[in-house]
Amino acid sequence: MDGTILLILVQDGVVNGAIYALLALSLVLVFTVTRVVLIPQGELVAFSALTYAALDGDTLPASLWLLLVLGGLAAARGLWDGRRDTGGKVRLLLETLGPPAVAVALTLWLAPLRLGVGVSAALSLLIVTPMAPALHRIAFAPLAGASVLTLLIAAVGVHFAMLGLGLVFFGPEGVRASGFSDARIHAGPLMIPGQAIWILSVTLVLMAALAGFFGATLMGKALRATAVNAVGARLVGIPAAGAGRLAFTLAGFIGALSGVLIAPLTTVYYDTGFLIGLKGFVAAIVGGLVAYPAAVAAAIAVGLVESFASFWASSFKEVIVFTAILPVLLIRSLASHAHEDEE
Amino acid sequence: MSRLLWLIGGLAWLLVAQFPAVPAFWIGLANIVGISAIVALGLVVLTGVGGMTSFGQASFMGFGAYTTAILTTGYGLSPWLTLPLSIAASLAAALVIGAVTLRLSGHYLALGTIAWSVSLFYLAGILDVTGRYDGIPAIPPVSLFGLSLADPRRFFVVIWVCVGLAVLATQNLLDSRVGRAIRALRGGALAGASCGAPPIRARMLAFLYAAALAGLAGWLYAHLQRAVNPTPFGLPASIQYLLMAVLGGAGQIGGALLGAALVTLVNDRLQTLLPYLIGAQGNFETIVFGGLMVLVLQTAPDGIWPQLARLARRSPAGPTPTIPDAPALSHRDLPSPGTRLLDVSGLTRRFGGLVAVNDLAFTVNAGEIVGLIGPNGAGKSTSFNLLTGVDRADAGRIVFRGQDLTGSDAPAIARHGIARSFQHVKLVADMSVIENVALGAHLRGKAGALAALLRLDRAEEARLFAEAARQLDRVGLLADAHRPAGSLALGRQRIVEIARALCLDPVLLLLDEPAAGLRHAEKQQLAALLRRLRDPQSAGGGVSILLVEHDMDFVMGLTDRLVVMDFGEKLAEGTPGAVRANPKVIEAYLGGVA
Repeated sequence: MDGTILLILVQDGVVNGAIYALLALSLVLVFTVTRVVLIPQGELVAFSALTYAALDGDTLPASLWLLLVLGGLAAARGLWDGRRDTGGKVRLLLETLGPPAVAVALTLWLAPLRLGVGVSAALSLLIVTPMAPALHRIAFAPLAGASVLTLLIAAVGVHFAMLGLGLVFFGPEGVRASGFSDARIHAGPLMIPGQAIWILSVTLVLMAALAGFFGATLMGKALRATAVNAVGARLVGIPAAGAGRLAFTLAGFIGALSGVLIAPLTTVYYDTGFLIGLKGFVAAIVGGLVAYPAAVAAAIAVGLVESFASFWASSFKEVIVFTAILPVLLIRSLASHAHEDEE
Repeated sequence: MSRLLWLIGGLAWLLVAQFPAVPAFWIGLANIVGISAIVALGLVVLTGVGGMTSFGQASFMGFGAYTTAILTTGYGLSPWLTLPLSIAASLAAALVIGAVTLRLSGHYLALGTIAWSVSLFYLAGILDVTGRYDGIPAIPPVSLFGLSLADPRRFFVVIWVCVGLAVLATQNLLDSRVGRAIRALRGGALAGASCGAPPIRARMLAFLYAAALAGLAGWLYAHLQRAVNPTPFGLPASIQYLLMAVLGGAGQIGGALLGAALVTLVNDRLQTLLPYLIGAQGNFETIVFGGLMVLVLQTAPDGIWPQLARLARRSPAGPTPTIPDAPALSHRDLPSPGTRLLDVSGLTRRFGGLVAVNDLAFTVNAGEIVGLIGPNGAGKSTSFNLLTGVDRADAGRIVFRGQDLTGSDAPAIARHGIARSFQHVKLVADMSVIENVALGAHLRGKAGALAALLRLDRAEEARLFAEAARQLDRVGLLADAHRPAGSLALGRQRIVEIARALCLDPVLLLLDEPAAGLRHAEKQQLAALLRRLRDPQSAGGGVSILLVEHDMDFVMGLTDRLVVMDFGEKLAEGTPGAVRANPKVIEAYLGGVA
């Protein structure tokens, strides 16, 4: 292996690692606030990529109808849970059906105008992001008091259902979208594609924005408070369900963004997201699902392991990445004195 | 009687299938149900009883299936010879994953097994030895006394005999000394640990047992299908097995069978019906199953089986429990009254900046009842946790009967004869009172998992249960022996915890607020009981007691000495009378004189 190949592999690893870092951040965020291990995050990534690719190819994305289905289910669930309450119905319907309606209307209006990749990307975010809070309402909010394990089983159930829905709505074909930028930057022996620059800068901007959100805004502080102690947060007036929905919305946005970013990099199928999401998990687990910086560092490491593994033993790429979780868990296990939780 | 009925029913089930009039299609489905039920039974023990979850059961099944496939096709081994090897392969895999994840919180096992099944799925698809994605064809059928069981109708018998054996084994395992340790995991791991049953070992046992059943199912699968490939051992299959356990009722043996049958039948119907109805391609069953899983967790977290069981059973009032006649267990020698038992010095525990216990020193002598009192937040319960190995001190020494116990874990401390009750009761709510108490006698039995599975532990179990009944009688709760522990009033549950602690045959008893939640008369009974326990002349007496208690009347009348704590430090020590007169104590409790 010469220096050029090394550099290319590192570049590849860092770019992929940046995506995993975004996902790992969203997983840590959702886990700390709601204790849900968000397995279906991968589906949101894939659905967003497929949506972007469809818009890019001048077709109406099937995810519009999926979003309407999920929004409808969320509204139905909300109405059912609140069937004995008198008020709040209008607000509930606005919250559950409003964002899907806006997304559908804007897409139907803007998509045929072919305004370019920027609009396609924005519409994809608009379509996929509201799926996450809808899932929260449908599946997880009613289980708010359950154990981490029950929530995890539910998350796997949601993943399973979303996978099936993905096949119904998107079909089995894979797609690849065109990139944001065809520019190439030559740096010594490296040729850095514009898409890589996009990914890295978006990741950095998003991390900075998240840091600002958690550090400086009241909403961010409320989320942090819920993460530390949900009961205590509720006592000072932060609604747990609202905090959970907000965390899911942020995660949905990050997942959708990741999907738009990878769509031009690789061929995406309806079930591609799970493996991508799982790599985010490997990274998140390194930080014990609670530490942001460790998760980001680990995500870059996962990207590097993957890129070097695909060079040396390409068919073993996934095997190596996912087996790497065992030593990680072993180290965590040795580092922990006693059993960690008492639920 | 009912056992005979089950046997006849089982034989009839095996026989009916042999009639050619029963369509082969139904036999095929029943075979899948049987194999799935065996996997789901493992999950009953792991998830429903042990409170852990694995998304790797299908890949453990794969270990069993591939082991027999490789050895029978490549090396010509007899399938009967590969059966133990298949199970051993699953066990070995589970041992590795278990060693890595079982010390961590429950969701790490789940996440670890997800990653691991994905990894193994790809590995089986790459390696030559597993035949890549094509798998291994032409696996020889099982034959018995020269009779080939290649026909699924004949193999049906093998599968369902295995189901029967797995049901029996699971029942036996759960109704045993090690089984109680597994069931205690759900009452909070601390309960088992304080009785000397290390939770990590119970976790590992449950995980290995589930993997062994999956390995058996894999062997059956390989010889039923006569071919293996990676697909049936992937993550989606594991998710379906978990769905079976959750849907049927994760804590119930019947639930595993019911769940396996429901999911298999629904799956079959969905795969044939839905594409017609919707007229499109897709894995519609995953949508239904995923949704169903969430819905069951939301609406009936205990699954369907308990609902059915509730309809079927009107529990009749059983006979009044008596103390069974079984040879008594051996007792340890108690130290003679007055000798130094417990010597605590310099005990310190910090939580970040907060010093919960600071330089605490006190002693307990044999035959004494010592009270540890102090206002809320004084560090009493933290001290208890340090003494019983639940928490680790930052500094200080704990010497018990001349042996340094500093830094020992809870099971080790239990082995030295220190038993405890908890401020927040830690009983297994759905286990009977007497089973909860028998958990306390864990260290006084030896029977392991193998003896339990083969029912070789009956004599020892009888002795453990006789001891449990004796201790229940002693605390006055023998009449409640067969009620679920969770159905007792909270005050009584505390007394059950005392009986459980007594089953350890303790030298020193640590009681955390034993009188809380008791009525006045019950408190007097408790005080009388504790005096009898301490009295070396009474049967089974001579136990020393250290107790935390808020009820001052109770403490003052009962204890020989008091240690008063405030803000983590020892404020005073002495007889109840001296402590009551101590101005510092008065100030701590009543505030300074204005």
